[in-house]
Amino acid sequence: MDEAKDLRNSESSGSKLDFISPYSTALIVKLSGTWKVGRKLPSFNEFTSEVEKEHPITKISFDSSELGRWDSGLIAYLLKIVNYCEQKQIELISDDLPEGVINLLRLASAVPERVENKKSFAYPSIPTRIGNYVSKSWSSLTAILDFVGQIFIAFLRFFAGKARFRWSDLLLIIQESGAQALPIVSLISLLVGLILAFVGSIQLRMFGAQIYIANLVAIAMARAMGAIMTGIIMAGRTGASFAAGIGSMQVNEEIDALKTAGLPPIEFLVLPRIIALAIMMPLLTLYADLMGILGGMIVGVAGFDIGIREYFNATKGSLTLTTISIGLFSSFVFGILVATAGCLRGMQCGRSASAVGEATTSAVVTSIVSIIVATAIITIGCDILGI
Amino acid sequence: MKQDIPEPFNPGTLNPVANDPVIVVEDLTMSFGENVIQRDLTFTINKGDVFIVMGGSGCGKSTLMKNLIGLLRPSKGKVFYKEKSFWDIEESERHQILTHLGVMYQGGALWSSMTLAENIMLVIQEYHEIDPDQALELASLKLALVGLAGFEDYYPSEISGGMKKRASIARAMALDPEILFLDEPSGGLDPISARMLDDLILQLKSSLGTTVVVITHELASIFAIGNNSIFLDTETKTIIASGNPKRLLEECDNPTVRRFLTRGTA
Repeated sequence: MDEAKDLRNSESSGSKLDFISPYSTALIVKLSGTWKVGRKLPSFNEFTSEVEKEHPITKISFDSSELGRWDSGLIAYLLKIVNYCEQKQIELISDDLPEGVINLLRLASAVPERVENKKSFAYPSIPTRIGNYVSKSWSSLTAILDFVGQIFIAFLRFFAGKARFRWSDLLLIIQESGAQALPIVSLISLLVGLILAFVGSIQLRMFGAQIYIANLVAIAMARAMGAIMTGIIMAGRTGASFAAGIGSMQVNEEIDALKTAGLPPIEFLVLPRIIALAIMMPLLTLYADLMGILGGMIVGVAGFDIGIREYFNATKGSLTLTTISIGLFSSFVFGILVATAGCLRGMQCGRSASAVGEATTSAVVTSIVSIIVATAIITIGCDILGI
Repeated sequence: MKQDIPEPFNPGTLNPVANDPVIVVEDLTMSFGENVIQRDLTFTINKGDVFIVMGGSGCGKSTLMKNLIGLLRPSKGKVFYKEKSFWDIEESERHQILTHLGVMYQGGALWSSMTLAENIMLVIQEYHEIDPDQALELASLKLALVGLAGFEDYYPSEISGGMKKRASIARAMALDPEILFLDEPSGGLDPISARMLDDLILQLKSSLGTTVVVITHELASIFAIGNNSIFLDTETKTIIASGNPKRLLEECDNPTVRRFLTRGTA
């Protein structure tokens, strides 16, 4: 109902500025009509061009006798006039404005703007930007080394039986990152096994060597794919959750509270997470290997008429303890990498909601990159060792 | 159940503003499942009131605010905004009412990915078709009103807790709301800033005719700005006193209210 009245008002009385000059150096600014945000308000140029027109104006006052309804729109406009007059050293007499307007204007200028508060937005030159980037990368590298060093010390304390964390936390993390990840690990590994079998079978069929699907799937899953796929699932699932969880604790000052309570966050938060993943990753990988082989078997048995027993025997023949151990060792390394990346990004998190998002993204990216790099290193290492 | 609720003590308001109800609450009951927090709350907030909702910690002050601003449906009872029953009308009508409300949350709740100016401009530009320069001027004005001139380009994470509170009030005022809800506005502020905030609230009330609903237990603010109030009690789970806080201090005999208003000394 108020809206309807407003609309009628605005049609009959749009905001207007008029100028009366009682004598050459004085100016009366007459405000009339409705001055509300969203209505068409007079432009500020209208005012400045009038003031700078002919004679130098030294005194400005107002006439608000025909001023209708107003809100912040009017205050913002008047504030510009106040600042302008201050700059040009023009005397401003605001007595004739409504009392509410005067009060709000006074309040708005009660705490003066401090120049040092203003942020400067000068764009840095290219050498400065390169320099900034290099020094940022360097400090990020030292931060990672520092973090790894702290984890190392925490592990020493753990093996000496002095690390402080709650065993119930460790068990909870083991449950969350291990048992609760089984469904997704099952699905992905089964599908990876299926895909490997399908892709391999197309080539092998040309030689009538379908039975080698079993060897292909078993070796690929056990030696690399099982560990890599589980690692990537863990990076997206658990690593991200570590980063978001610890990051939120950073935002809520919970990490600070741990520090002041004398509980080192590295021991209390990071240690159990790394231990949990280092234990659970190999177990999950073993399970993923099995599921992958099962996937291959489905393709072999259903699509290529290989008997179940035949497939099983071929698989058994192709797998060696070394192959499986390499996969399990990789997964152990991936577990440590994913947990470390998640915790590192969480601990580095800024103090805002968006920083938590950035920390999570960064944790997943770091984990996946480190998994791939570690796989490359392990593969080359195995090659050198001849296994 | 109703007979064991005593009539709340009410000495009336000292300087009653025009008898022009903007919010009428009738028999409102808040509960989480079986757990009743407050029941049978009935009160009226008039235009131009600075209405204080007070009571000890955990008495349901913030939950009451959520019932009033549309975040939580009350278990029972009605909330009327100018004769429209807030929880019974169409979603679109409810949204229309919400545009006339400004809310400041206890923790500030500023959007962390935006600067202070952007926080305010987002709200302004959502409801007014104005160009960005003009929106920025308005945002600067709101920030200046809460004493944060020059902080337009800061992110919430770069300013102190008290400044966040003030910036949050600036955002609540973005649309020149008819009713301003403030949840613990002066909690965590230094005495000077708290006083400035009280002045600001009174100024908004007198200059723009804003009705202000303040949820607080800061005694200094309660007496300085409140012209009407309700006192929510944790024990009886309802209103045990209402009216002008200064008169409650002088005239109310209820021991809980007296202890509260005298910081436990009487």
